[in-house]
Amino acid sequence: MIKAVEKPVSHSEKDKTVRITIDGRSIDAPKGMNLLEVARSNGIDIPSLCYHPGLEAFGACRLCVVEITKPGWENWRKLVTSCLYPVEEDLIVYTRSPEVMENRRVVLDLQLARVPNSDVIRQLAAEYGIHDTTYTKRKDADNCILCGICVRVCEAVGANAISTLSRGPDKYVEVPDPEACIGCLACAESCPTDAIGWHEENGIRHIWHRDFELVECETCGKPILTQQQIDHFVEKSGLEERYFAKCDSCRKKETAVSISRVMF
Amino acid sequence: MSASTVTFSSIDALHKRAAKVKAEQEKHSMEVLVCAGPGCIAQGAKEIYQVITDKLDEHKTALKKKKLEVGVQLVSKCTGCHGMCEAGPVVTLEPSHHFYTHVTAKNAGDIVEKAILEGEIIEKLLYHQEARKGGNTVKRYTDIPFYALQNRIALRNVGVVDPLDLDDYLAHDGFKAIAKALTSMTPEEVADEVEKSGLRGRGGAGFPTGRKWKSALRVKKDRVWVICNGDEGDPGAFMDRAIMEGDPYSVIEGMLLGAYALGATEGYIYVRHEYPLAVKHLQLAIEKMTAAGLLGDKILGTDFSFHLKLTRGGGAFVCGESSALMRSIEGKVGEPRAKYVRSVEKGLHDEPTVLNNVETWTCIPAIIHKGASWFSSLGSKTSKGTKAFSLVGKVKHTGLVEVPMGRTLREIIFDIGGGIIDDRPFKAVQTGGPSGGCLPIDKLDLPVDFDTLAKAGAMMGSGGMIVMDDRTCMVDVAKYFINFLIGESCGKCVPCREGLRQVYDLLDKITRGDGEMDDIDKIEALCHTMEVASLCALGKSAPYPVTSTIQYFREEYEEHIRDHKCRAGVCKPLIKYHINKDCTGCLVCKRQCPVEAISGEKKKLHIIDQDICTTCGICMEVCNFDAVDIISGGVTVTQQLEKAAK
Repeated sequence: MIKAVEKPVSHSEKDKTVRITIDGRSIDAPKGMNLLEVARSNGIDIPSLCYHPGLEAFGACRLCVVEITKPGWENWRKLVTSCLYPVEEDLIVYTRSPEVMENRRVVLDLQLARVPNSDVIRQLAAEYGIHDTTYTKRKDADNCILCGICVRVCEAVGANAISTLSRGPDKYVEVPDPEACIGCLACAESCPTDAIGWHEENGIRHIWHRDFELVECETCGKPILTQQQIDHFVEKSGLEERYFAKCDSCRKKETAVSISRVMF
Repeated sequence: MSASTVTFSSIDALHKRAAKVKAEQEKHSMEVLVCAGPGCIAQGAKEIYQVITDKLDEHKTALKKKKLEVGVQLVSKCTGCHGMCEAGPVVTLEPSHHFYTHVTAKNAGDIVEKAILEGEIIEKLLYHQEARKGGNTVKRYTDIPFYALQNRIALRNVGVVDPLDLDDYLAHDGFKAIAKALTSMTPEEVADEVEKSGLRGRGGAGFPTGRKWKSALRVKKDRVWVICNGDEGDPGAFMDRAIMEGDPYSVIEGMLLGAYALGATEGYIYVRHEYPLAVKHLQLAIEKMTAAGLLGDKILGTDFSFHLKLTRGGGAFVCGESSALMRSIEGKVGEPRAKYVRSVEKGLHDEPTVLNNVETWTCIPAIIHKGASWFSSLGSKTSKGTKAFSLVGKVKHTGLVEVPMGRTLREIIFDIGGGIIDDRPFKAVQTGGPSGGCLPIDKLDLPVDFDTLAKAGAMMGSGGMIVMDDRTCMVDVAKYFINFLIGESCGKCVPCREGLRQVYDLLDKITRGDGEMDDIDKIEALCHTMEVASLCALGKSAPYPVTSTIQYFREEYEEHIRDHKCRAGVCKPLIKYHINKDCTGCLVCKRQCPVEAISGEKKKLHIIDQDICTTCGICMEVCNFDAVDIISGGVTVTQQLEKAAK
């Protein structure tokens, strides 16, 4: 099971708060929170492609790698993965040092060689001065950067339908058992590079080599969910199947009407 | 000897059985040991074992008669790997230490009929000091430098005990250490002893084992796991395999001691499924130990309980990485995670876990039995004890070698290994497995321990040692290892997955003769990012074969690029075959050429049509007159190599 990211503890609990320095700024942070969250919640931008706040950190894209040191390390610095690194007292962090920037450039250059057609990666690489990759472009490249978000989201949803297959440069995301897929689109919608293809036509949703018939909203007739999705959510949430008979907007309208009846 | 069916209800019962078995064994005036290591088995050791046991049976009466006269009793058993694989299958007679090599099913009977019954020495089966050049024969393995210069601790029982026989292990001081710990040591004292011994993890990183245990002891926990990493996967490395196959009880006894010290009640042995014999032997050992009361609840009648399970790996090299291994045991995809929280705090199932490799666990019983100071008296200042290496490649005596840390590469390769095959010039030795580094001739006097190798740009790794001669192209070697790692990278993080692919492309470009000078800089920059920014040790060390060859053999990279020359004559796109004036016109090469690229008549100089030739090299192999040369970069490299070799 995927565990939710640990909730930050209250700042008032002094022993659970640590003081760290990021790019010269002194920052108080909950002990054990990951460095990436601490930096971002303080307005310091660290790029990342595989981090998702709702999922367990993965540490695969290597873009969020930053340099750290500590008093007593005699200026010795090392690179760490900020999305995985738990903050601790006296940590000194550099998010834009020459070593960090060089690493980001090489990593983005490698990503660009992998997905030369991805607008997201092209834009990000351009921000670091890379307009064309210096490496050999992947042949017949799709837009998948193997960040693993789709697989982790699918696991969090509880469907466990997709997985990475093979390994090394041949690794790819597939659906080993199409029957397990509930057609919920969570993977496609959380993909940072829009690499998972899907479409809907005439009440049919197509994703992962499979067609799903969409159930229509009983009020407005708009196609809303797949039956597999409803079955899965009923099982996981304990809600009545009736709950899923209407689309969100019709349900809201209905609630508003019933509230107004009570209130006025 | 019969398998043990005794259940030991107390430590006393164990001691009694050991004494009984030992006394029984001492009655045998001779033992025949048939090596059953992977190399010898592949060459028919099992058949040889059968012939010898059949012959012993056939000559039962004669042997009995002799017994009356000289008191001969015989035991023949299959042991684990003896180490000298290139001389296999090997058969040893004890206590005389007589050592027979290249035994076949045909002549194995002679060992019984001549050597044992008649007391003869079988000259033709003796080991030749200079195997490939005639030379003197040696009767006893103890007189062979390959064995005489070794000091076996991790491999102490490999090739000596019958790995399937618990009694035989008992007869060789087996379970003495766990008995000692359970009767006279507290768990902390066991951990102390391991720490004092200075033992460092044999799996590659060299982390002090005792310190790891101590930090696990400090973690508050309900449960702690112990794991044995038997996912050895380096090409050419088989130390752990030999131990698991040849001495499974030592590995498990080491784990028992670890579990006792750490308060663990459950553990796993993770073995790669490509080691079926190791799986079988360990599984049998677990079953026999459970039946004997040495595993399970209330071990030897004490309050100490330990349950051990065996898990098979699915063939992924990366699962030898500890965090990936734990994921794999959990039933998840074997991918590493970052270790900012150490596994002694959060390992298997997010619970405190102590993982050590096979060789490390095997050293533990020896340390507890003989004491920390005995172990720490061996080895170098920072690396104590001995280390097993698998010595392979262009070296005369290949096999398993265990020496005290701090011996020089020269001692290992030349004194123990006997030097380079055909006495060709030494070029490089690659240490530490596929992601280790290649060290050149001027590093031969480097003492081999964790720190000196790391400083020189190579690493100890798990102990692979591949020796290369002058006919090895270092760019090609780097490309070979990168290709291996491409196949084994888990593909999780970008620098390793994408970096390896790009480094391979650049190396391939150079070996094709299409390289540019700044490709070397490009490779170096990429390697730097891989080294500092990869997620796990596999990615971080993956560039070493490249960075070390650039560091020590940069000239060769430059020659490939600038002169389109491969000085070793290896890189196919850069070489041509040419028939020189020594050609007698014998037609052999012409007949053997698969693409009919050779023209010429009898007794006339033959010519290779370069447009047709695929540089397969068959003509050179079949020529009896050294009349085929390799030309690269406009230079006859074969002549240059021969000149240098002389």
